[in-house]
Amino acid sequence: MSLLSYLINGISLGSVYAIIALGYTMVYGIAKMLNFAHGDVIMVGGYLIFTFVSTLNLPVGLGILLAIVLCTMLGITIEAIAYRPLRNAASSLAVLITAIGVSYFLQNVALIIFGANTKAFTSVVSAEPLKLFDGQITISGETIVTIISCIIIMTALTLFVNKTKAGQAMLAVSEDKGAAQLMGINVNGTISLTFAIGSGLAAIAGLLLCSAYPSLTPYTGSMPGIKAFVAAVFGGIGSIPGALIGGIVLGIIEILSKAYISSQLADAIVFLVLILVLLIKPTGILGRKIQEKV
Amino acid sequence: MKNRNIPKKLQDNLITIGIVVVCYILVMILSATGLLSNLLQGLLVPLCAYIILAVSLNLTVGILGELSLGHAGFMCVGAFTSAFFSKCMENTITFAPVRFFLALLIGGLCAALIGFLIGMPVLRLKGDYLAIVTLAFGEIIKNIMNVLFIGRDSHGFHFSMKDSLSLGLEEGGDVIINGAQGITGTPKDSNFTIGVILIVLTLLIVLNLINSRDGRAIMSIRDNLIASESIGIHITKYKLMAFTISAALAGIAGVLYSHNLNSLMATPKNFGYNMSIMILVFVVLGGIGNIRGSVIAAVILTLLPELLRGLNDYRMLIYSIVLIVMMLYNWAPNMIALRKKAANRFGRKKEVA
Amino acid sequence: MKKKVMSLMLVLAMAVSMLAGCGGASASGSDTFKIGGIGPTTGGAAVYGIAVRNAAELAIKEVNAAGGINGYQVEYKFEDDELDNEKSLNAYNTLKDWGMNLMIGCVTSGCCTAVAAESSKDNMFQLTPSGSSTDCTANNDNVFQVCFSDPNQGIGAADYIGTNGLATKVAIIYDSSDVYSSGIYEKFVAEAANQPFEIVSAEAFTADSKTDFSVQLQKASDAGADLVFLPIYYTEASLILTQANTMGYAPKFFGCDGLDGILGVENFDASLAEGVMLLTPFAADAEDAATQKFVADYKAAYGDIPNQFAADAYDAIYIIKAAAEKANATPADSVADLGTKMQNAMREITVDGLTGAAMSWDAEGAVNKAPKAMQIINGNYSLIQ
Repeated sequence: MSLLSYLINGISLGSVYAIIALGYTMVYGIAKMLNFAHGDVIMVGGYLIFTFVSTLNLPVGLGILLAIVLCTMLGITIEAIAYRPLRNAASSLAVLITAIGVSYFLQNVALIIFGANTKAFTSVVSAEPLKLFDGQITISGETIVTIISCIIIMTALTLFVNKTKAGQAMLAVSEDKGAAQLMGINVNGTISLTFAIGSGLAAIAGLLLCSAYPSLTPYTGSMPGIKAFVAAVFGGIGSIPGALIGGIVLGIIEILSKAYISSQLADAIVFLVLILVLLIKPTGILGRKIQEKV
Repeated sequence: MKNRNIPKKLQDNLITIGIVVVCYILVMILSATGLLSNLLQGLLVPLCAYIILAVSLNLTVGILGELSLGHAGFMCVGAFTSAFFSKCMENTITFAPVRFFLALLIGGLCAALIGFLIGMPVLRLKGDYLAIVTLAFGEIIKNIMNVLFIGRDSHGFHFSMKDSLSLGLEEGGDVIINGAQGITGTPKDSNFTIGVILIVLTLLIVLNLINSRDGRAIMSIRDNLIASESIGIHITKYKLMAFTISAALAGIAGVLYSHNLNSLMATPKNFGYNMSIMILVFVVLGGIGNIRGSVIAAVILTLLPELLRGLNDYRMLIYSIVLIVMMLYNWAPNMIALRKKAANRFGRKKEVA
Repeated sequence: MKKKVMSLMLVLAMAVSMLAGCGGASASGSDTFKIGGIGPTTGGAAVYGIAVRNAAELAIKEVNAAGGINGYQVEYKFEDDELDNEKSLNAYNTLKDWGMNLMIGCVTSGCCTAVAAESSKDNMFQLTPSGSSTDCTANNDNVFQVCFSDPNQGIGAADYIGTNGLATKVAIIYDSSDVYSSGIYEKFVAEAANQPFEIVSAEAFTADSKTDFSVQLQKASDAGADLVFLPIYYTEASLILTQANTMGYAPKFFGCDGLDGILGVENFDASLAEGVMLLTPFAADAEDAATQKFVADYKAAYGDIPNQFAADAYDAIYIIKAAAEKANATPADSVADLGTKMQNAMREITVDGLTGAAMSWDAEGAVNKAPKAMQIINGNYSLIQ
């Protein structure tokens, strides 16, 4: 019985990682960059929803919508100012470092505007927890909503990428930027769109992260961000279903190693499993094999 | 690709070492005349440690061409093993320079060993996957240091991964590594002179390696793996060589770092991925593969947050903006073109990077 | 080449401007006391550093308005250490360049220990509001604490639970990557051997995995613990309370001074914390006039309800004032002389403050004061006996 309940806890935690990982993997797949600031956009999303819903008392739906719109705009702005000028830089590391700069920037802006004090996020999920086996096992409403949102978002993204023109353009850009440009695809526009979608997803991730774990500080996004990044790599970075699988697997491993091995060493074990997975399957669970060109 | 004009290279290397030596003499003069502020005096040893870290990471990133995000892990190994040694030997070896020399050897060798062990399996991975695996190793090392307890009593050493109580020390026994509380009371054996000597040694090792046969083999792997394999270069051997030397040097920086602090702990701030990334920032800002650039960038970026202290709450905010702007200035193709244009207008010679 | 020349010039300019900082410092400082503070004001622990910075500033304004210390006005400067031992030394050196002659800080134990090693060489008087590890004061004659030391808290908590028969089976959830938390945990476990209760589960979390506590709670629940001891800070505790509530697990929760502030979390559902007990020297809604005035002033100035860190820092300034008056200290004394004078005075004075009545200090520099056991009832802290 306790194993089952640990598994469910693992899935709850994993679903939060998964929803963050979706944003990571999306941006990586198209723009080929590790957006270290993604976790911090999630934090901004959390604060925006907190401000709209708890401070300004706007209706929940409107608050979420506004937050998504603002995060999308934030994502586009960051991309245009900090990432786009470096797209053709001599080393791809340059943009990685700028992303870290953006991450520090967002954290410190939040620190100045909202202060360092923890804010308790009111869960916007009103679903009742699901009780199984006479209440021995509870699945919280947040978990159910998170998993459902994950699946909806994953499906929508997959359909978008495969069935729409803009989605096809994204695929083309991710395959070969130069060739895509020659085919008349607006590369800058497509990458902006990717960041817009990624940041909109970050707002939703912020909502669900803070609903499940309701404490909000300027540093809320950074650790789950890194974990979700690990999850995205686990699943095969760039792969949309991989993000979901990677997130859930990571969540389960983290909970089970805490439960059965050592709560102090849980982080080490998670990372060790990641290393083993990558050594056996170097591009993650669902990652595509990269063909070496000679 | 570049012309291998050896005398010019040698001259270039001598300039780098010369800059360090001149800075050292300058600081010593200022220090002797009492003009050096307390802040700068306190920063001297950490600066040396960061310079060594930046140079050593540049060996992995710039020369070997592999991205490592776990460099702080090697620093952590060097710092903890050497501090452990010095704490144990504080009363046995009372002559500080000898103790510190042994600590350096131990710290460097342990870090090299860990680097070798990690490098063997993971250097097969490429690019971002290698980066994430090194990040993972760095986090594992930090996590283990946080739960490691070692104590000593008359029966010898006791070891635990749970808490200091389960060490079962007898009365009067003393806990040397106390989990999250780390090592307290490391003798302060490092100083600026030792730091500068170590920088010069690091520079000699790295610059010599770059200009040697081995170094050219390593760089050929960076430039074209398949081509270099086809001409018979032992890929794994050279990759491991560069990675292990880089880890050993990071360990030495860790020794320097830990022997400057009374209280050594493995926090996310000093030995987590944040630090690894910070070192990477030094390397990238200074120019990937450019050793002198790493030295200068390490100095600038370590001093910058201290200089911004007057801004109080806005300090780290301004720091992040400066970081972004410097990156754009140094790396954006448009900015580089603009700078060249400006240089031409003022009739200067074009910069050849 | 040009770029390199420019960078070199930049480095040089930086070094020169750093040098310039010290020129002014040595000249001034004979007509005012210069109190320097160190703590994290950015990063994950910023909430504690900012609380200390603000509360000390508030107290210093009051002291200055009332005529200063021994007739001398007080200047104040607070530096960020980012919760990093190395950075805290930089902060200390910056303050020395500024001309600091008395110090409050550091806010956290690790930084405090690192700085104490330096300050003891200078014999700089150092009073830490909240650095609770014994390493801060051990072998450093110049360092004193306002807060309880970790062993005192751990032993005190175990003793209180045992004496009052609060529980027979106790579970612990602690932060193994935090000095404060693991320090209390160890002493609590050691003392528990002498108490009539049993520790049935002791689970850790780390700075890198502090969002999900379901496993720790599940284990406590499976082991049948009727009390969960939380020697941690309130940010994590608020998550633990929320998750325990979702699980339907309702043991007694018992914490130390780190839990104080939980009701101040903006938008927190106070009903979750109902019945939580904590040993703390300070509660923001205590009835006495001094506390009420402090809380009102702090709120007016900084917009937040002060936590225990703020109260410790506020007390620290008044303790410095009391000691300086006892020692007849003047800013003209050298730093080392001032240090010696203050040390001797500290061992003689008793101070009534927000965090304790009749506080006095032992030879080690640890404080003697009585902890208060509080319980959260109807969304308010109330004193229990």
